[in-house]
Amino acid sequence: MTAETIIQSLASGLLMGLLYGLIAVGLALIFGLMDVVNFAHGEFLMIAMYATFFLFAFFAVDPLLSAPLVAAALFLFGAVVYLLIVRFAVRAKANAGMVQIFSTFGLAIVMRGVAQFFFTPDYRSVTHSWLGGRTVSLGGIFLPVPQLAGAMVAIAAFVGLYFFINRTDFGRALEATREDAGAVALVGIDKNRVFALGWGLGAALVGLAGAIMATFFYIYPDVGASFALIAYVTVALGGFGSVFGAFAGGIIVGLVEATTALILPPSLKSVGIYAVYLLVVFIRPRGLFGSI
Amino acid sequence: MDKNFAQRRRRDLVVAAAFAVVAALVPLFVKDVYVQNIMVLTLMYAALSQSWNILSGYCGQISLGHALYFGIGAYTTALLFTKFGVLPWFGMLGGGLISALIAMALGYPCFRLRGHYFVIATIVIAEIALLLFQNWNFAGAALGIDIPVRHDSWLTFQFTRSKLPYFYFALVLAAIAWLVTWWLEDSKWGYWWRAVKDNPDAAESLGVVVFNSKMGAAAVSAFLTAVGGSFYAQFVSYIDPESVMGFQFSLLMALPAVLGGIGTLWGPVLGAVILIPLTELTRSFIGGSGRGVDLIVYGTLIVLISLARPEGLVGLFSRRRKEAVR
Repeated sequence: MTAETIIQSLASGLLMGLLYGLIAVGLALIFGLMDVVNFAHGEFLMIAMYATFFLFAFFAVDPLLSAPLVAAALFLFGAVVYLLIVRFAVRAKANAGMVQIFSTFGLAIVMRGVAQFFFTPDYRSVTHSWLGGRTVSLGGIFLPVPQLAGAMVAIAAFVGLYFFINRTDFGRALEATREDAGAVALVGIDKNRVFALGWGLGAALVGLAGAIMATFFYIYPDVGASFALIAYVTVALGGFGSVFGAFAGGIIVGLVEATTALILPPSLKSVGIYAVYLLVVFIRPRGLFGSI
Repeated sequence: MDKNFAQRRRRDLVVAAAFAVVAALVPLFVKDVYVQNIMVLTLMYAALSQSWNILSGYCGQISLGHALYFGIGAYTTALLFTKFGVLPWFGMLGGGLISALIAMALGYPCFRLRGHYFVIATIVIAEIALLLFQNWNFAGAALGIDIPVRHDSWLTFQFTRSKLPYFYFALVLAAIAWLVTWWLEDSKWGYWWRAVKDNPDAAESLGVVVFNSKMGAAAVSAFLTAVGGSFYAQFVSYIDPESVMGFQFSLLMALPAVLGGIGTLWGPVLGAVILIPLTELTRSFIGGSGRGVDLIVYGTLIVLISLARPEGLVGLFSRRRKEAVR
């Protein structure tokens, strides 16, 4: 193992980590807003990848161009999911936690079934895109272009989210609702509207991630499951309640995964991620930056 | 109130005994192998969900990694039998004990965690075990273990000609899980667990040793789950890591208790009796196309029940019961 291979794999780990952060941030946002873990988050990613694929296959739209469209579509989808399911799940008088877990888990199963029904279980891929299949060389390190673009989109999304939350009225309403949903009602903010928009925003972010992922990953009905678990670990590692913890969590997860793949067989690369999660929460039970 | 409670417990016991007798007679009239298979699975899920309910329902420590214990039970039995010729009955006991020990070893660091951090830790630990088993060549790696069927015998707990022995064993297993829960409900452990679930800090201040009571719940729950796993290995005579240790299976095990009524005596039984036949029937009749319609039906059902009956389907019965008392 030379120094070069180590730097090479850490660099690609960092890029993948930024993408993991982008996948996870929607989950973190929704949790921070209303303490709900969306167990269909991976399936949100899955439909975003399919949407990107079909825009490419039928209309020859490059994923880079369709990304905003997919994000917008997912925004609507997220808001609808809140209004049709989650709104009622959070009202549950008994076992609120389990109702949230299993109503969103049920939704995940439905979405997988719908994907199988309409899109078949076949593996799809975006065969040629502006980004796909290229690498660039930076001082002897080769970086795949799709991941590089994904990392840049992720950074841009986090910067955008930072300004959005801190500088806009909706962002402030989001923060205020997060702090005290009862009090915001008194100043005339419609809690349901803020939650619906929060779900929309969270889904739009994972939509963005899905459009990028579609350029270098196979697309099939169960694709979300593996990324969903990484997303939960990412959010928990960063700490629930902290949107920017997801960003840091993603980078750590990406780097740990790359390092593990250097030491252990590739099929065990996730073991490193899970072990680091356990290590972190055993020392800090609230994750790295968590407030609760 | 106390009198009512004692009366209710006695009635629960009578009702359970009646159910068990009726269930035991059903296969005498229902000879169809397909239906018998569904009945075995229903009883197995009732037992598993009841075991899960002890830790997650009564004690409130929600585990979505119980497939770990199920898998350990299945693998202990299968490995001991195929590699060393040890009878499954010893494997069953051994798997249960190993699982209980592992549950306590894992509980030691994990029970400090709360809420989602705990849930994710349970998922992640089961997932690590899954990956390790998939790479463990001695245990057949990802391909798993094929248990050779020699001849029908209670000694090796293998039956090729009839499903009835499996049915009666699963019935006994479900009955034991129910009885253990019934007994624990009114023991000091049962009261500790409910106190820990409702408010761990208050429980601690009242002298409940929160940590120990969580450990107790984990050990009992893991033991029973592993016995279920051993049974499953013998029943299907083929196991692989994904099917006995996967995350999906952890969720499937929890589902009957959640939909039936989490933290209740009858919830897991009711949930399994409704859910498992429904799952199997949709899978056979509309899932055969491989087009996911069964998933759509199944998922929709989960969403609707969890939204409409957050306290579980047992709520339908207890309301009637209250009126009857009045």
